[in-house]
Amino acid sequence: MTPVLNEPLSQLSLLFVSASMGFLALALMVFSFELAQLVKTEGATKVITKGERVGFILLWVATIILGTGVVLRGIAAGRVPWANMYEFAISTAFLMLLIYLTAMSIKDLKFIATFISGFALVILFASVSLFYVEVKTLMPALQSYWLVIHVVVAVLATGFFSIAAGLHIAYLVKAGNLAKRLMNVFPTLEQLERLAYRFNVVGFVLWSFTLIAGAIWAERAWHRYWGWDTKEVWTFIIWVLYAGYLHAMATRGWSGKRAAWLGLIAFLSVIFNFTIVNLFFKGLHVYSGL
Amino acid sequence: MATQSFSKLLFWPRWVWRQLTSMRTALFLLLFLALAAVPGSVYPQRSADPNGVRLYYSEQPELAQVLDSLQLFDVYTSVWFSAIYILLFISLVGCVVPRTKVHWEAMLAKPVQTPKNLKRMPAYTEIKSDSSVIESSNQILKKLGFRTEVQGNSVSAERGYIKETGNLVFHYALIGVLIAVGLGGGYSYSGQRVLVEGEVFVNNLASYDAFNPGVFFDEEVLEPFKFRLDDFEVVYDLQNLANRGTPIDFIASITQTVDGVDEAVEVRVNHPAPVPGANIFLTGNGFAPVITLRDGQGNISYSGPTIFLPQDGNMTSLGVIKAPDALPEQVGIIAFFYPTAEQLESGAYTSIYPDPFIPLMTMNVYTGDLGLDDGIPRNVYALDTTEMELVAGRDGPNPPLLLEVGDVVQLPDNLGSVSFDGLLRFASLDIAYNPGGIWVLAFSMLALFALMASLLIPRRRVWVRQLEDGTIELAALARGDDAKLDDFLLTVKTRIENEIAK
Repeated sequence: MTPVLNEPLSQLSLLFVSASMGFLALALMVFSFELAQLVKTEGATKVITKGERVGFILLWVATIILGTGVVLRGIAAGRVPWANMYEFAISTAFLMLLIYLTAMSIKDLKFIATFISGFALVILFASVSLFYVEVKTLMPALQSYWLVIHVVVAVLATGFFSIAAGLHIAYLVKAGNLAKRLMNVFPTLEQLERLAYRFNVVGFVLWSFTLIAGAIWAERAWHRYWGWDTKEVWTFIIWVLYAGYLHAMATRGWSGKRAAWLGLIAFLSVIFNFTIVNLFFKGLHVYSGL
Repeated sequence: MATQSFSKLLFWPRWVWRQLTSMRTALFLLLFLALAAVPGSVYPQRSADPNGVRLYYSEQPELAQVLDSLQLFDVYTSVWFSAIYILLFISLVGCVVPRTKVHWEAMLAKPVQTPKNLKRMPAYTEIKSDSSVIESSNQILKKLGFRTEVQGNSVSAERGYIKETGNLVFHYALIGVLIAVGLGGGYSYSGQRVLVEGEVFVNNLASYDAFNPGVFFDEEVLEPFKFRLDDFEVVYDLQNLANRGTPIDFIASITQTVDGVDEAVEVRVNHPAPVPGANIFLTGNGFAPVITLRDGQGNISYSGPTIFLPQDGNMTSLGVIKAPDALPEQVGIIAFFYPTAEQLESGAYTSIYPDPFIPLMTMNVYTGDLGLDDGIPRNVYALDTTEMELVAGRDGPNPPLLLEVGDVVQLPDNLGSVSFDGLLRFASLDIAYNPGGIWVLAFSMLALFALMASLLIPRRRVWVRQLEDGTIELAALARGDDAKLDDFLLTVKTRIENEIAK
């Protein structure tokens, strides 16, 4: 009946998550150094340099260690490891890294490796230092298989949106003629825009799904499928903003910089939804555990 | 002359319509909609958090009035929010309907004329061969799901019409969602009822503590069923040290009677119980101590289980007892219940565990005017002590009363006695019905699948042209973003080459 929590195992999980941060920091340093090196070379290079290879090995190691930490956390709690803010954050960081590394094998995305490793490091740092809570059993409201579906899809969507956000930033820096020499080695504006679009499209489909799954769950748990709870409001706002981004991409004069800004604002809303709304807004989704 | 002025008359409506249905306007309306939804998360909403609104009014009445006049406590039904989404949907209809016509015609039409200069297409490649490939290319493209047409020395082919179909269906499905939400909400109802263990609920309007009907609600839809709350159980975590006292499960065991047939069912969080025409949901719980009050003349002036509202995670609970008929004076009591009581250094009590291991009740007793006689409706869970005098309590002339289960305690000043006869639990139950839900879900799923078709399926045109000099030109064009266009053209090329090699 009552699941047994494994405290030592959750400590081990924390150790893995922390170790992963070390490797991420190393990867971040290597990638930054390589970017600095690239500035000195003339023209874009498609081949992956030795240094970059080291960076990606470090990133893979960080991802595998983090994945182990996430899985151990799940075993320690006897359930899926995304039932509070800390767990959601480490799961998001892990899946984002996994999506990025998988996408790397299909498409050359090495130029945002610095952003990805840096962002993952920030997420993990925030989760370990600000959001950390001991393993807890689930409150009855969260005991539902919808926790598995609704949240994992939200985590995945966040992963895709994060990568797109990195591409938006690269686009805006390049389009703004900043860091010119560095940006010369980046893909063209058009390529950056298209890549961002693809990640956002997948993210948007997943986000739509998580919205529907959340509504189905809300109907079971709170007897209404939609009640404008603060979290529901922000899920809606994010959905509408990304819908706006997709429309912008199809509107003459709105693709390019404006669409990139819109995509970035939408992503900031995702971050806002996860941090500020969780911590400071009153609502039914009080699962942050803090 | 007449037609000219008529067309002048129509100039502005046409202009407005064109503006409204343009993509740019749709984009702006979407951004406004996102922006307009924000205040609903900042200010408490009557629909989701009516207590928050009340609190706002009591703390900052002037600001609350201003906010209320701007409908900031009812954002999602406000004039301005409604205006934005209604305009957005009008814009949507105005955009989607003409596109449907265009798409319909495109679906019936043959593939386009092969462009003169294929080299200008985004994807282009060549094969050198003298053997005739037009017919075989036609077959290959057909097998790949293309609609094809042989045009002399070339084949024109197109596929992925479902992309636009998906786009259109997605937008129509959103209209479906909106209608289902509106109509479903109109025919829906939800009602709340607090039941103490042993109490029976009979489904009619008078039985509800609160009832929220939709605008089309008709009392006839309330099916004749009843149910009794037999038992309410809370399972707390006792095994995991760090987690001790965390609720694991809430179980309301009820016996429901439908058409004279009894059936035992459980209602738990996330597991509502179906009853005819509705579902029963468990939304809250707490303690209901059984209390009997006798007045100074020995008559029972109050008796029964009393709802105590939980105040914290360890179920410190607050209850109010009003005995308007007590003699010689009306008596009011503010009582605290501690399931597992512990005395603090200050002398006050606290609860250290939510289950009743060492249950204790403390009472502050007041006499005077309860304020019930002038007919103004009063909150049963609050005691207005402005016209009353504290006779027993922490700051009163006598100490507060302390009661364990089974105790009978005398009130001071010969006011009578009070007894703590037993401890029951109560459950807050919601009985809710929304016929629109299933339709909202159906349209949402339709929208989701249509969205996937619209965003993920490529729309491609492919042309194969055989020139007299032995060059076979292959070209492809996609609508919108298409990452794999070049790869796809290479696939076509390989297949044609294989066919030539045969």
